[in-house]
Amino acid sequence: MLSRLNRRVFGVGRRRIHYSATRRHTQYDPDAEPREEEQVDVCIVGAGPAGLSAAIRLKQLETETGKEVRVVVLEKGSEVGAHILSGAVIEPSALDVLLPDWRTTEHPLSQPVTSSSMRFFTEKYAVPLPHPPQMNNKGNYIASLSRVAAWLGGIAEELGVDVYPGFAGARFLLSDSPDASDAQGRSVRSVRGVITHDAGLTRQRTKSARFEPGIAFRARATLLAEGAHGSLSKTAISMYDLRHDAEPQTYGIGIKEVWRVDPEKHVLGKVVHSVGWPLDYQTYGGAWEYHMADGLVSIGLVVGLDYKNPWLEPYREFQRMKHHPHYRTLLDGAERLAYGARSLTEGGLQSLPKLDFPGGALIGCSAGVVNTAKIKGTHNAMRTGMLAAETAFTALHPGTTFTPVASPATFTPSTAESESEVETISLAAYNSAFPQSPAHKDLWSVRNLRPAFNTQLGLYGGVMYAGMDTLLGGRVPWTFRHHRTRVDSPDAHATRPAIECAPIAYPPFEPPLSTDLMSSVALTGTNHAEGQAVHLRVMKPVEGEASETAGRRREHVAKNVGTYAGLLGRACPAGVYEYVPDDGGKAVPGNVAEEEGAEGKKLVINSQNCIHCKLCDIKVPTQDITWTVPEGGGGPKYTLT
Amino acid sequence: MRPSAARLLNILVPVKRSVDYAVKIRVNPQQTGVDLNVKHSMNPFDEIAVEEAVRLRERLKDGVKSIKAVTIGPPKASETLRTALAMGADSAIHVEIPESAPAPEPLGVAKALHALIQRGDGEGKVDLVIMGKQAIDDDAGQTGQMLAGLLGWGQATFASKVQVDVEKREAVVLREIDGGSEEIRCRLPLVVTTDLRLNEPRYASLPNIMKAKKKPIEKLTAADLGVDFTPRLETLKVTEPPVRVGGGKVESVDELVAKLKDAGFTAA
Repeated sequence: MLSRLNRRVFGVGRRRIHYSATRRHTQYDPDAEPREEEQVDVCIVGAGPAGLSAAIRLKQLETETGKEVRVVVLEKGSEVGAHILSGAVIEPSALDVLLPDWRTTEHPLSQPVTSSSMRFFTEKYAVPLPHPPQMNNKGNYIASLSRVAAWLGGIAEELGVDVYPGFAGARFLLSDSPDASDAQGRSVRSVRGVITHDAGLTRQRTKSARFEPGIAFRARATLLAEGAHGSLSKTAISMYDLRHDAEPQTYGIGIKEVWRVDPEKHVLGKVVHSVGWPLDYQTYGGAWEYHMADGLVSIGLVVGLDYKNPWLEPYREFQRMKHHPHYRTLLDGAERLAYGARSLTEGGLQSLPKLDFPGGALIGCSAGVVNTAKIKGTHNAMRTGMLAAETAFTALHPGTTFTPVASPATFTPSTAESESEVETISLAAYNSAFPQSPAHKDLWSVRNLRPAFNTQLGLYGGVMYAGMDTLLGGRVPWTFRHHRTRVDSPDAHATRPAIECAPIAYPPFEPPLSTDLMSSVALTGTNHAEGQAVHLRVMKPVEGEASETAGRRREHVAKNVGTYAGLLGRACPAGVYEYVPDDGGKAVPGNVAEEEGAEGKKLVINSQNCIHCKLCDIKVPTQDITWTVPEGGGGPKYTLT
Repeated sequence: MRPSAARLLNILVPVKRSVDYAVKIRVNPQQTGVDLNVKHSMNPFDEIAVEEAVRLRERLKDGVKSIKAVTIGPPKASETLRTALAMGADSAIHVEIPESAPAPEPLGVAKALHALIQRGDGEGKVDLVIMGKQAIDDDAGQTGQMLAGLLGWGQATFASKVQVDVEKREAVVLREIDGGSEEIRCRLPLVVTTDLRLNEPRYASLPNIMKAKKKPIEKLTAADLGVDFTPRLETLKVTEPPVRVGGGKVESVDELVAKLKDAGFTAA
């Protein structure tokens, strides 16, 4: 009786009108939270080859000159190497400069390349192609980049760098008021450091009992080494309009597996690259096969993210590629040990932003230094790390001399004592020393190759042009643009509506050769602490949005399902996004509100599966997925990739 | 109020560096064990043990004098001790075994802990050992019980709630048993092994991790304790569970009945 009275009076059990402002607990405001502060000289976000090279170089300079520099490296993975993935064939040129004695120590570059070849695949055949000279791998090594990063991390720690795995660089510490100007002369706030992630937020973004605020590293210089399409890098590029004079970045998605093959099939040091099937001639991409040490083979497929057909599923392209007779034979009797995926930059020189901003700089793939023709970027990443370190050290200790090794032709420390110590140093010297530096020269020679694939002739046009351009070593008077129209996200923009494209009939999986997505994702070891806020946010901070709304979600579903056949559900290599039937009213935990469906579907984000590849942020046609760092220590646990 | 007659508690928390729970494990090619070139972290039950020790200090305030973490493992195991120190332990002991040596067995660990505890005297005597009920790599679940036996102390295993009275030198522990819970009153000194529902471990915050780098870790060897870690068990073979053979789909009821008959099922 009383309960019935309750229901009438208090409306319990009856649906209420929703306002998005209604919350039971107050929303957590990260900007208002008081935080502990640590003072450092250089804060580096990301413990990959670029970040660790910068850290190591800084400590080498400390030893050489006796001038102290406190260096902190933040890494969102649970350990160094856990989030990094690559083929990888590594050119040791930069390593020879950074650590001249590396070959005499214990190191993970275990397998020298013994042969390189190229193939053109059709559905049944593998036709040998002439091998382009830039892809010559003499002196290069096949290695797991995860192990290389872990090795560099050990060296950095021995030199006195504070490396903190499990702590993500989540947001910038900005100056209180505008105190610097950007490249266009506008007054802007400068970056004064990095704030680590807040731990213990609930799904509704309120504080739980285990809440721990992130701490603020106040740094005189902040180096962003987050890899391709880093979250802080994206913010910096937008805040300081770093691409004002550059083309937008264009990306590829690399999907990789590591197999232990039958010893009869293993050829130590063999490197094979291929183009053609299963991708059509309009879709940029290619595959690799690297025979590593210990009887392992690394195989994978890169698909250019400017692909047009929203029905294309990069994961399924890779799985069906393994049905080719060449791979069937190779993987017969083999055991799959690892799986992973990561976006990579393909824009080269044309897409390189301005490298420094007030208070910091971009190094490695955060800037975008992959040599797309060689399909190698580690050597350039390390070079940018070293160059940034030398320029930062000079700015920290003006007048101190040392022997520059990163790019002696373009940067040497000046002996002039500069003005009084400034709180935040400028890395403009790094940006101006980059042209004509070794990394720049490396990228200059291949700058026209990727754009050559963007004509109507697709693959064939690209291969034909590449042949000619390569013979000239890139010494031609023109520089192609990547895409005709100037849009912020050309990869997302390139997607055609689903009705204009043909759905692709992928073959069924044939385990153990090819498996369903969840079996593969299990191999990444990815996990995120339960109950935390979903780190994939449906919002557009670049348009000033500060929180997620049901309206934005509805718009997202309407456009993606209506026009693009639910692209993210097909493209994500970890099965994070699902467009499921809208069951009208039953809220799914983690979603903002109930009325967020459209076209009979709603978006479910299984953020726990995320392997931090950034494809969604890059490719979603509505450009409204913002990838933010989850609580540190989560994500994949790569060791072999 | 400071307990005057009773001595303040010294808590010992043994922790183990084991394969991280999220990693997909694989049998190594020699079939002698699991591939160990994967991410390791502190055994989750040991995290719960460290957390419980820290919470006891928060509850009893001055009643707890020291929380010491100890691990027996290869050089890399010191990272696990750093995590314990970051969560709130005061100091740590690392009984180092060579990288190539086989992992110690529960009896070896119990004997080492026994020797360690025997060394303490006077103000440093250990009153309470809190450890995980089992390690997630070997699932043995024996060390706590063996240690209690060697010491001649009481044991409160599979604890889901621990209350300590320092003055009376007693603890009341709620244990998880088949069919429910059992509450027992125990005298100190005591061995407690933790079960999952005891608490939810805190995050080691970055400031604490930085402070932990300065806390002391004492290094010892098996010889220092007079203990022999030679295994008494030999692992003959490790294999994965048999691959599940897929079921087949039948097209009609008649086919289903025919298949059931083939398999030997008949209507009674």
